[in-house]
Amino acid sequence: MALSRDDVEKVALLARLQLSEAELDTLTDELAQIVTYVDQLAEVDTGDVEPMAHAVELSNVFAADGVRPSLPREQALANAPAHNERGYLVPAVLGD
Amino acid sequence: MIEIVWFLNSQSAKVEVRKWHKSMAEDFTTVIGLEVHVQLATQSKLFCRCSTQFGAEPNTQTCPLCIGMPGTLPVMNREAYDLALKTAVALDCEIPEFTKWDRKQYYYPDLPKGYQISQYDLPMSSGGTLAISDSQDQFEPKQIRITRAHLEEDAGKSIHDEANGKADSEIDLNRTGTPLLEIVSEPDLRSPAEAKAYLQELKLLLTYLGVSDCNMQEGSLRVDANVNLHLETDSGSAATPIVEIKNLNSFRAVERAIEYEAGRQYRVWQETGQKLGEAPKQTRGWDDAAGVTRGQRSKEESSDYRYFPDPDLVPVITLPEQVAQVKASLGELPAALRQRLTTDFGLSEYDAEVLVNQGRALVDYTLRVADLSGDAKSACNWVTQEVLRVLKEQGRSIEQFQEQSVSSNDLAELICKVKSGEVPSARARELFDVMAREIYVSFEDKLSFEEVVKSLGIEQVDESELIDLCKELLGANPRIVADVQNGKQQAVGALIGQAKQRNPNVDPGQIRKLCLELIEQGFGSAE
Repeated sequence: MALSRDDVEKVALLARLQLSEAELDTLTDELAQIVTYVDQLAEVDTGDVEPMAHAVELSNVFAADGVRPSLPREQALANAPAHNERGYLVPAVLGD
Repeated sequence: MIEIVWFLNSQSAKVEVRKWHKSMAEDFTTVIGLEVHVQLATQSKLFCRCSTQFGAEPNTQTCPLCIGMPGTLPVMNREAYDLALKTAVALDCEIPEFTKWDRKQYYYPDLPKGYQISQYDLPMSSGGTLAISDSQDQFEPKQIRITRAHLEEDAGKSIHDEANGKADSEIDLNRTGTPLLEIVSEPDLRSPAEAKAYLQELKLLLTYLGVSDCNMQEGSLRVDANVNLHLETDSGSAATPIVEIKNLNSFRAVERAIEYEAGRQYRVWQETGQKLGEAPKQTRGWDDAAGVTRGQRSKEESSDYRYFPDPDLVPVITLPEQVAQVKASLGELPAALRQRLTTDFGLSEYDAEVLVNQGRALVDYTLRVADLSGDAKSACNWVTQEVLRVLKEQGRSIEQFQEQSVSSNDLAELICKVKSGEVPSARARELFDVMAREIYVSFEDKLSFEEVVKSLGIEQVDESELIDLCKELLGANPRIVADVQNGKQQAVGALIGQAKQRNPNVDPGQIRKLCLELIEQGFGSAE
């Protein structure tokens, strides 16, 4: 699977990364190498292998419903770049 | 959110041509699919034990897990899964043995992890149905197919202070991680009325199952509508691009928004001729005050969410035996209950609908009255007309009402006594109102039925007494007799009033009938 510059640009946008033209070039090369490396897996014949939907073999791990104490608000907000002691403050989100 | 698989059923489009928008010259069909998010009634969140209680102070119900701190691990709430499974089974969905959860990635300030834990390609249920019908015959009964119902977590809330203009938005993460069941319908709905009926039936089902409080004001039930038009043109069938309408805060809003959107899409179609596939799926928000939908960001491609299995959560395996057990434990659901009321008790579809919509407790009360009195129709009439009126006036529940005031025994007795004539029907409602009075709650000894009857002076009046009374009244009112003889039958009304003053137990209908008969026979005529 070849990785194009457009692919990298799109992924960067989705990840909210602003990349310069030079960075795009470098990253396209580097990421393409990684993808090619992983692509070696395609050489294995998996015709007789059941597809798996999840990497963990365990299933049905549940916790009982019931309330336990939450974080005190000061602690919850402590790491926020900006807050007003009630809520996290972020640049205005409009239009939605 | 998942993308609804689009399919064009041109045959049904031809049959179900829209009639409700009369100003439209060209015929079109409005095609609607609904996505409903239901908050499940658990104590704690889906993946942590923070409370889901509505209305708490902002950011007081969060923990390192629900605010997306590194190193935390989610564990699924058993009750949330069980409630989701119960609903999916009640919607006749197929329950696959294997289901898993996926990460749906997008950036938004109310989503602290940068992804929502949802279900993508292997949801916990798919392929169900919900039957809708309308006792007012606005549309034919039909089966609406359910694409899937899957379990996911809710996001937080952003509060923007409009007055402050460009000020920051405040984020409250109390709601993050609240369990949601997303129920997606196929685009099988064809009018705003059908969409409303689907939502009402779904809400009723959820209420009977007890899986959600369905409180729309508190956001426990949220609706998005996918709408487009199928048109018949000279050059063949066509469809307009699909629009997803958000911010629908009431069933009425859903109806109005779809109606508006259909008209808007028709106008755009006439201007641009743009077809499905020629423009990306658009998201529009409903502005309830203005009564219009407004454009929002264009919907990202499904693949842009870059779904992948959440490695922190393990899959859930549900065996067919478990599904059978859940099915057996559902109890009687609204559709079956309505069916029983119409077939076994002979009630009209409308009566059955009114009763079932009021909840199981009221239906049970009515059925006990029906059994005890042997008269289902009267039981239904008394409950839908008088009992519901009193409950509304007094703000009491049916449970309180039957315990404190009129038990099902009492009401059955009243119905029987009215039937036998022991209680004149003219006074039945008065008697009921006394029995239904809330004040009896405060009495140590609730008055017995007989005592109430006695205290009101209610007694049967036999026909000879009635005839004597009528004769007396006719003799004393020669003018009324003359009026009636001259064709003014309604003049007899004044005599009914007088008769009721003399004896409140008389039946007005009977007095009227007797008086008219006596006048016919010549009684009371001037010599």
